[in-house]
Amino acid sequence: MVEVFGKKATKFGFGEGLVELGKENSKIFVLGADTSSSVAINTFRDMFPDRFLNVGIAETNLLGMAAGLAVAGFIPFVATYGVFAAGRPWEQIRTTICYSNLNVKIGGSHSGLMVGPDGATHQALEEIAIMRCLPRMKVIAPCDVVETKKAVIASAYANGPVYIRYGRENTPIFTNDSSPFEIGKANILREGNDVAIMACGTMVYEALMAAELLEKKGIKARVVNVHTIKPIDEKAIISAAKECGAIVTAEEHQIYGGFGSAVAEVLVKNYPVPVEMVAVNDTFGESGDPMDLMTKYGLRDVNIVKAVQNVLKRK
Amino acid sequence: MEISGLKIVSANIRKDIIKMLELAGSGHPGGSLSAVELLVGLYFNHMRFNPKNTKDLNRDYFVLSKGHVCPVLYAVLAQLECFSSDELCTLRKAGSRLQGHPAKDKELPGIEVSTGSLGYGLSIGAGIAAGMKQAKKDNKVYVLMGDGEQQEGSIWEAAMAVPQFKLDNLCAIVDNNGLQIDGATKDVMNVEPLADKYRSFGWNVLEIDGHNLFEVDKAYSQFKETKGKPTAIIAKTVKGKGVSYMENLAEWHGKIPSKELVQEALEEIDASIK
Repeated sequence: MVEVFGKKATKFGFGEGLVELGKENSKIFVLGADTSSSVAINTFRDMFPDRFLNVGIAETNLLGMAAGLAVAGFIPFVATYGVFAAGRPWEQIRTTICYSNLNVKIGGSHSGLMVGPDGATHQALEEIAIMRCLPRMKVIAPCDVVETKKAVIASAYANGPVYIRYGRENTPIFTNDSSPFEIGKANILREGNDVAIMACGTMVYEALMAAELLEKKGIKARVVNVHTIKPIDEKAIISAAKECGAIVTAEEHQIYGGFGSAVAEVLVKNYPVPVEMVAVNDTFGESGDPMDLMTKYGLRDVNIVKAVQNVLKRK
Repeated sequence: MEISGLKIVSANIRKDIIKMLELAGSGHPGGSLSAVELLVGLYFNHMRFNPKNTKDLNRDYFVLSKGHVCPVLYAVLAQLECFSSDELCTLRKAGSRLQGHPAKDKELPGIEVSTGSLGYGLSIGAGIAAGMKQAKKDNKVYVLMGDGEQQEGSIWEAAMAVPQFKLDNLCAIVDNNGLQIDGATKDVMNVEPLADKYRSFGWNVLEIDGHNLFEVDKAYSQFKETKGKPTAIIAKTVKGKGVSYMENLAEWHGKIPSKELVQEALEEIDASIK
């Protein structure tokens, strides 16, 4: 059984990480865009008001001012909904922040279908693709609230731009303070050599559940938590391919250009094996209950099981 | 420096711009020439800036929002001996620190941030200014923009934010030469009345002749004395200023003169200070 320590939204890990950073480092600065409470940066705002700015509903200025603060020697974090944090100011992120290699950390909340009732406009499903193509950008999609806090703290001390993808809905907590976390280093959560399931973000838990179901069918699946999508852990991917011979990727994101593509890029260059991708299949989401949407769009453990069965036929 | 000295410096900068662009074979003469006095007045008489240590923590910051006119900035920085003026010959060449638009990662002394995509500089300046305020430091921030650039919506997000955060340590300068690639700014997409717009957003607005070094000097002094609100200097300028065949013609936004016309331009600039 997958050991679960309750449920909590990853956004709280983002907020707690910032507070911890704020206490230990006077260079940490946070900028919001009218969504402070819903993206969990309000505690930092209340504790460190002189290191917080709310720019209003103005995301290009959000990223532009963060860039300026980095030029001035601060470590600025911005946070708002992923579609607004990564999409609207994409060119500022590209030309001002990445091209200048500025130390700006971008929190993209409300990731994926789990945003639920707000519908497709607010369900960020493209940020991994549009962030990972940028030179110098690091992209992290933590798997639970505990790992999100670690990712925030680690990103503050990783030089250059970082994008952290997190969510609003309560999701299972299944890592703890002593679980390893290092940017760029994937973690094997479950051993197995018949197939490797590589997942990021919310899909890591679904992958663990899928491995349980597969075990009952006599299939031993390795589960790898690839929290860092860029720089991706090539070694972990190549050894999974060599030792398991088939890979299934799982992400709460569009199928094109995202995490699955990143894994496939490593495989085709180094050690091609059959791959199946579990992701949103080139379509927009819609309003609905978060888990109902995950089921409807094929992002549950059973979908991973099916993908494993398909990939094993090609092994 | 005396105004008479600044005039000579300005002429030398203009000649450097023409020579650099001739060697580069591409680039933007019109807007570089219109901003000469605005930069010379700033760098030679007002900015706290140590050419031998351009990363000095006490420096004032300059952001070239209209990044395509970097030849004027490169020429000014070379004149101040931030780097050897020989390097001006490398503009736009492979491997050069003098990229076609300013590039921070090439580490040319004096370049604070990469710019060139219009509409970004005011936000960047606002961030630097907010950082200085938070750190309780008195460093100033100067941002040079174009008038055509005022068409970018991101400028107005920043124009709202700067007075909101009371960033009186920020001075925005609009090189208002009235022209953009497709023609007159007023015909392409009118941005006037610029002074009224900035005033209504809460700025201290100064309207000057951007080629009159006395007015330029006075405007920067007034900015430094103004507390509680940021300053916007709306400087009326002439695109291509100093080279009569270029003046007020949109076609010289991004065109390089022939060898003969380069000679004519250099002679005209020389004659202007005799």
